[in-house]
Amino acid sequence: MIHTQKEIAESAQYKSEVKSLSFYYGGFNALKNIDMVLHDKKITALIGPSGCGKSTFLRCFNRMHDLYPGNRYDGEIILYPDDVNILASNVDPIEVRMRISMVFQKPNPFPKSIYENVAYGLRVRGIKQRAILDEKVEIALRNSALWDEVKDRLHDLAFNLSGGQQQRLCIARALATDPEILLFDEPTSALDPIATASIEELITDLKTKVTILIVTHNMQQAARVSDYTAYMYLGELIEFNVTDTIFIKPKNKQTEDYITGRFG
Amino acid sequence: MAEESQNKLVYAGKLGYSFRRHLHERFIETFLFLSAILSVAIMLAIIVMLVKESVVFFRQVSIWDFLTDTQWTPLFDDAHYGILPLISGTLVSSLIALLVALPMGTIIAIYLSEFAPFSVREIAKPFLELLGGVPTVVYGYFALLFVTPLLQIIFPELPGFNLLSAGLVMGIMIIPYVSSMTEDAMRAVPMNLREGSYAMGATRFQTSIRVVMPAAFSGIAAAYILGISRAVGETMVVAIAAGMQPNLTWNPMEPAATITAYIVQVSLGDLPHGSIGYQTIFAAGLTLLLITLVFNIIGHLLRKRYREIY
Repeated sequence: MIHTQKEIAESAQYKSEVKSLSFYYGGFNALKNIDMVLHDKKITALIGPSGCGKSTFLRCFNRMHDLYPGNRYDGEIILYPDDVNILASNVDPIEVRMRISMVFQKPNPFPKSIYENVAYGLRVRGIKQRAILDEKVEIALRNSALWDEVKDRLHDLAFNLSGGQQQRLCIARALATDPEILLFDEPTSALDPIATASIEELITDLKTKVTILIVTHNMQQAARVSDYTAYMYLGELIEFNVTDTIFIKPKNKQTEDYITGRFG
Repeated sequence: MAEESQNKLVYAGKLGYSFRRHLHERFIETFLFLSAILSVAIMLAIIVMLVKESVVFFRQVSIWDFLTDTQWTPLFDDAHYGILPLISGTLVSSLIALLVALPMGTIIAIYLSEFAPFSVREIAKPFLELLGGVPTVVYGYFALLFVTPLLQIIFPELPGFNLLSAGLVMGIMIIPYVSSMTEDAMRAVPMNLREGSYAMGATRFQTSIRVVMPAAFSGIAAAYILGISRAVGETMVVAIAAGMQPNLTWNPMEPAATITAYIVQVSLGDLPHGSIGYQTIFAAGLTLLLITLVFNIIGHLLRKRYREIY
């Protein structure tokens, strides 16, 4: 691809660029011609009413839709610095997921020990050396602020942790493989306010290490944690801007109505 | 005002003890309890009968002889009552059957639950279940008249009655039980666990082996225990294809009788009730029950243990 100097300079700050992305569940057009960017090492929030397509959009980034038959992508998601369209049919979704991790709405630890949960991503990559695993597991657990709580019971079953701890464990699991982008799909919607606060704090801390895209139902959460916010409605990207601008003086009337609670 | 109070009487009733409702609930509860207790009672009755009749047997034959004698010839003049030949026959045929059924059943279950597209699963499942619906006597003749001659091409020395052929066919017979229950257990694993695994970059196979199977472990253990019980208790296939001569051997290429085959043989024969020969079937039956009990307990312990590790 040929770039002008300006384009290259711009893309250097971008981790990813979405170009006229559409997505179809069978015959249903769930995403319509979305253009957006993810700024490197920043937090981007996706907000919008239920069914607007924000989770669908998020799950395009790690090709989750490939797991189910009948789904179709149109358009591109370019990952930098590789400058590769990760939706291209010749790109293996497993390769994409090796670099873009995800944390789900409901904590979903595996039926394994705390240690093995965090080591999972490394093990599926074929890493067996104990020293490497030990080190990576500890770093990931420290980065997800869970180490002090679990260091004495790493070999206990993960199910014995509380909901908030389980979600931090899932974040540790996602971090252990050093992903470039971390996707969060409403990570606090199943948690109580105290656990939510600790997860939010964690997400804010993580942006020094990784680019983050987070779907949230909670507008205060988007305002608190994100640098950029995208408002979606009925599969379309209505407005995308710096978070402060979206919340203080949105350009679009629809965005304003949603943010001020007049609709949605 | 008067109308209102009348309505209240119609719908609300008095706040007190309703004898009729109470009686009705008690009746339903009792009925459900009796249905549940019936199966337990039948099980107990079977145990009581086996133990009572076995006691008669063990008055004449010492338990020591029963457990250590290497010959089982209760119907001959020179009568020996060593259960070992029947146990060896049972264990060898069951082991062969399980070596076929457990791996095959598990592989089929993994394919159907994790890999097969919807259309393949919808066709394959009824066929597998059909395999489970074939009468066992048909399997017996399939072993004797089809599988044994086939095996004799490879092993010319193989006798017409042998444990190998009976065990293999018994294994094929048990596959649907194992695969169907294992698949149900695996499909019951919630989708969000699988998505968690895929999101970490795992392949389909890694996801099935490392996440789905451990999550379904207790269901899979139940399927295996059922398979083992079926193999140990199976009668028709071994009675037809393995011969009925008690033979203390661990070699699957030889003919031998299993506990079940022996019981059939005596039950169908013309031994007088109450004779020592007739009494042997209760002692043999009790032994069979104890063997399946041991497997059930092992399975239960395994299940508990693995649950704690995972």
